[in-house]
Amino acid sequence: MKNNPRPHIGLFIPCYIDQFYPNVAIATLELLEKLGCKVTYPLGQTCCGQPMSNAGFESDSEGTTSKFISDFAHFDYIVAPSGSCVLHVKKHSPKVEKLKKNQEHVQSNIYELSEFITDVLKIDSIKGSFPHKIGFHASCHGLRGLRLASDSELNEPKFNKTLQLMKDLEGMEIVELTRKDECCGFGGTFAVTEEAISVQMGKDRIADHVDKGVEIIVGGDMSCIMHMQGIATRDKDNVQLMHFAEILNRVIS
Amino acid sequence: MSHPQNATVFLKDKARAKWHDDTLWIVREKRDATIHLIPEWEQLRELASQIKDHTLSKLDYYLEELEKNATANGIKVHWAENAEEHNQIIGKILEEKKCKAIVKSKSILTEECHLNPFLEERGIEVVDTDLGERIIQFLKQPPSHIVMPAIHLKKSDISDIFHEKLHTEKGNVDPVYLTHAARQHLREKFLQAKVAITGVNFAIAETGEFVVCTNEGNADMGVHLADTHIACMGIEKLIPRRKDLGVFLRLLARSATGQSITNYNSHFRSPSPGKELHLILVNNGRTKQLAREKFRNSLKCIRCGACMNTCPIYRRSGGFSYGSTVPGPIGSILSPGIDLKKYSTLPFASTLCGSCTDVCPVKINIHEQLYEWRQEITKAQGSSLKGLSMKLANGIFTSPLAYKISGKMMRASLKTLPNSVIYNPLNAWGKGRNLPELPTESFKDWYKKNRNEQ
Repeated sequence: MKNNPRPHIGLFIPCYIDQFYPNVAIATLELLEKLGCKVTYPLGQTCCGQPMSNAGFESDSEGTTSKFISDFAHFDYIVAPSGSCVLHVKKHSPKVEKLKKNQEHVQSNIYELSEFITDVLKIDSIKGSFPHKIGFHASCHGLRGLRLASDSELNEPKFNKTLQLMKDLEGMEIVELTRKDECCGFGGTFAVTEEAISVQMGKDRIADHVDKGVEIIVGGDMSCIMHMQGIATRDKDNVQLMHFAEILNRVIS
Repeated sequence: MSHPQNATVFLKDKARAKWHDDTLWIVREKRDATIHLIPEWEQLRELASQIKDHTLSKLDYYLEELEKNATANGIKVHWAENAEEHNQIIGKILEEKKCKAIVKSKSILTEECHLNPFLEERGIEVVDTDLGERIIQFLKQPPSHIVMPAIHLKKSDISDIFHEKLHTEKGNVDPVYLTHAARQHLREKFLQAKVAITGVNFAIAETGEFVVCTNEGNADMGVHLADTHIACMGIEKLIPRRKDLGVFLRLLARSATGQSITNYNSHFRSPSPGKELHLILVNNGRTKQLAREKFRNSLKCIRCGACMNTCPIYRRSGGFSYGSTVPGPIGSILSPGIDLKKYSTLPFASTLCGSCTDVCPVKINIHEQLYEWRQEITKAQGSSLKGLSMKLANGIFTSPLAYKISGKMMRASLKTLPNSVIYNPLNAWGKGRNLPELPTESFKDWYKKNRNEQ
């Protein structure tokens, strides 16, 4: 960890998690607190600007980006339960010249939750019991953007920071998927502009889990989960979807 | 039609769409299996990427070196600024030779230049000799994939086409039988053609030679039987030294089909005695792309098609849905450079999942360039409706109060609106998906109540 013996963490809760999935945000906060962290949620925070940028309006998201930097620059670390939003802040948010130093600080100290626990807190795994058959959904931005796990395209040693944290959970079985890291088809505005393919991709992804008897699809990005949950509910698929923070926070002693 | 419209049509035939997805996924799996047999795979990719970066940074120098050395080898080198010039050069050679029928092995460049219709208008019979190309030529279709041009067709489709064109037995779908029929048919064409046209996979500046990779040997067959060989290449198909070739040959077939190497890697250096060898170097917008810093490295592409096989969108929408010569992810970053307006939906036909970038054997950052093209396209389009809503969104997200009010309103209105409004057919989200169940309070509200530190 940094020089500060008990660094101060700014909790970044993506806007749709704040509005739709407060339980995931609560689990993230409580988990970090249980792991001994000092965590503050800056109340003024709104959104990282990703929806605008991915739709091709990066230049219009400068105000949102400046706001984000001002909200978070004074923390030692910034942690969020979303690989996608973290990737956006780190790599894609527009450069704000007048906040250059603060932006650099934010970009080099922002972490997705599982990588923060493994890489910064240096915790190998969480102990507890979770007797369920799970399938892991590797969200693309966390996987290929933040490299939270090895992907099926590269010839590289296998690793998975999120599953590493869950590997010692008693009774939990992780199912091997046929297409281990294919995209679920959410893709932000893609979900609406390319509706037909988006839904088909989601159906295919869910079927890969359901065919193998998965009880719970576990992921690290609520955007992918929201999309797949929406399809699973509509199609009455017999499967649950959960963010890993909820599981870890529930089992940790 | 735009990509989303084409994709919607493609997905209507569910069984066929699934077959297409599965078929290409098998190719992706073959690729995965073979690359894991090469421990130095990632270093090979890095090396190939660096060689191509270097070549592009000195493209003028290496092109002139190629011209000099090829000319010394007895090759007639031509320069074509655009598709029209490329076609004219070929037209002129054929006129001189009084040639009325040619054979052609697979060349995406000649597709890009629309050579076939150009020649056919002049009364010249063009026969594509690659099996897949011949099949789609019978249907008057363009290729739907750059390596497997007829991948959108099933065995039964091909059986029907051959029954009509080659009089094979109706309903016989045996691939050996059908291939044999094609072989007989093509053999006649090979024997008649005085001029053979091929593409180029790699041209080597140092030696003035070039290499054509095929699985069927059709390029060799055509070239050796003809008196004149015309090879057409985009100016980016260049590598500096012969020793660089091994890097690319190891990457190409493995990435394309999962084979360790293409069956025929034919090196052409000089014309045989009494014959002619022409090499046409085509620009057709490539130097423009070279001048676009963010998109320059799309010119590293060696046309393996791996990005198509891995793309979840390509697999579920088919090559024709892109409406461009080169479909799929690489096509979606090349095509907007040719016609921004016509291809404006292509960079959005992606979830930016990044799989294309990680399979690319020359490490083109395809998904990042898709993102960059989106920025260019919205700038060019000015303030469209989507632009206005995004500006509004930026306004909401800049102010915590506006965000809070709009979030509350959204949650409240979603709760009170009847399902018939939320799941209106015009609402693209609700067509195939439910909305999340709505919590009574946001995290922010919970935090204020449960944590007192602020």
